[in-house]
Amino acid sequence: MILELDDVRVTLGGSHILQGVSFAVAPTGVTALLGRNGVGKTTTVKAILGLVPRSGRIAFDGDQVHRLRTHEIVCRGIGYAPEDRCVFAKLTVAENLTLAERRGSKHAYDLVYELFPELKTRGAQAAGTLSGGQQQMVAIARTLLNDNRLIVVDEPTKGLAPKVVTEVAEVLERAAERVPMLLVEQNLALVRRLAGDGVVLAAGQVVHRGPVRDLLEDAALTQELLGVGKAA
Amino acid sequence: MSTLVLLTLTGLGLGALYFLIASGLSLIFGLMDVLNFAHGALVTAGAYAAWRLTGHLPFAVAVAAAVATGAVLAALIETVLIRPLYSRPKDQILVTVGLGLALPALVQGIWGADARQLQAPKQLTGTVSLLGAKVPTDRFVLIAAAIVVLAALKLFLAKTRYGLVVRAGVEDRAMVTALGIDVRKAFTLVFAIGGALAGLAGALGGVYFGSVSPDQGTSLLVFGFVVVVIGGMGRTDGVALAAAAVGLIQQFTNYYAASGLGDFAAVAILAVVLLVRGNGEGIQRIIRRTA
Repeated sequence: MILELDDVRVTLGGSHILQGVSFAVAPTGVTALLGRNGVGKTTTVKAILGLVPRSGRIAFDGDQVHRLRTHEIVCRGIGYAPEDRCVFAKLTVAENLTLAERRGSKHAYDLVYELFPELKTRGAQAAGTLSGGQQQMVAIARTLLNDNRLIVVDEPTKGLAPKVVTEVAEVLERAAERVPMLLVEQNLALVRRLAGDGVVLAAGQVVHRGPVRDLLEDAALTQELLGVGKAA
Repeated sequence: MSTLVLLTLTGLGLGALYFLIASGLSLIFGLMDVLNFAHGALVTAGAYAAWRLTGHLPFAVAVAAAVATGAVLAALIETVLIRPLYSRPKDQILVTVGLGLALPALVQGIWGADARQLQAPKQLTGTVSLLGAKVPTDRFVLIAAAIVVLAALKLFLAKTRYGLVVRAGVEDRAMVTALGIDVRKAFTLVFAIGGALAGLAGALGGVYFGSVSPDQGTSLLVFGFVVVVIGGMGRTDGVALAAAAVGLIQQFTNYYAASGLGDFAAVAILAVVLLVRGNGEGIQRIIRRTA
């Protein structure tokens, strides 16, 4: 397993957001982190990266990383595309990518510009003036620029137009061929297309683990765990 | 006409001092959310370093020592006192306020409360005739120093990796760390740059006022904050414009209205800017930080 969480707990503002989350991310393919709104998916991702105070154990490729600081965890080889993209709006597209270059890693600009040719032509444009889809491209490009051993992508299609969702899905599919991925996603059609394993959270706990296909085939279980009907 | 020229250049000279102080404050608050009330103490430390060495060493060396004093003190303050308190903003404010009081008190304990005359070299104490006005040379030196610092800061922010980290950190510090960057190094660097500029302001302030005193830095700091709020957090150009405006308004008000009213005018401008612009992002952040 590339990433293992064991009894991870997060308390924010007196609320127990994560109440002992344990799961593992497969060393190949896409592992989907699923659940209804507000169950702690984004907090789980932030806990992995050390962006929120947490307890419990987190191992990345066999090494314990839960005592490390965020930049140290990331430098072990994790790429992170956060919810809401978090591109630096006042920096240019090129500067956003330059900033993401990590020391000691090769920088795969060829791959990035092959997947996102628009980022090359818009290099001098302020990232804040890009469309939501283009900003998502920047966020994903940042994770692909370095030699990562895992990429964590949080709600990449949130708020995007259907055509753009398809583009993002294609890119994620390409990316997943190269590097394992932990994907938080509400779009179940996309999850079905990309993910092998799935982990479902409810109220800050893992309530289901297993192949995504099995889960999504089971309409009753999908309805119970995710609050939606069978995926298209 | 000559009065106008003299007032303008004196106002710009004072504005240059404010800029040297405010640019550091603005970067520090913009990147780290630290309201550094100890910044005035760094100005004082720089002023006294320059004063102690002037006469013994070339003036340029004394100024360089003031810059180094400010930078080293600031880096020490950041690493030893501020760093453990990044998640405790109120304690952080208490520490910087305490330092802002303690360091000038220490200076006063060692060298006394009286202002000490700073013997600047002849080249800086003369006057230059310009459009019928005899303008003290140090005004030009201050303005030139501020322009050089502005250009250097802009180059640093635009062209260097650390400058990029600082600009990104002002927008979203957490995301910078999530890209694998140790933002703490940038914190220390920005603190040191701010301290160096405060030290420079101390030395050049000593030339401008003709003397140094323990509370000089703290008095200047008040206007530094006014300039930062008007100019914007982390906005070097805005801070430069605001500093020039506040310096000019102070000088002109002191001359044409009543002596001493200039300080009031500076604060009045701040109030007008806030009323017109509304509670900008910078003010909101300060309120969140101190509430």
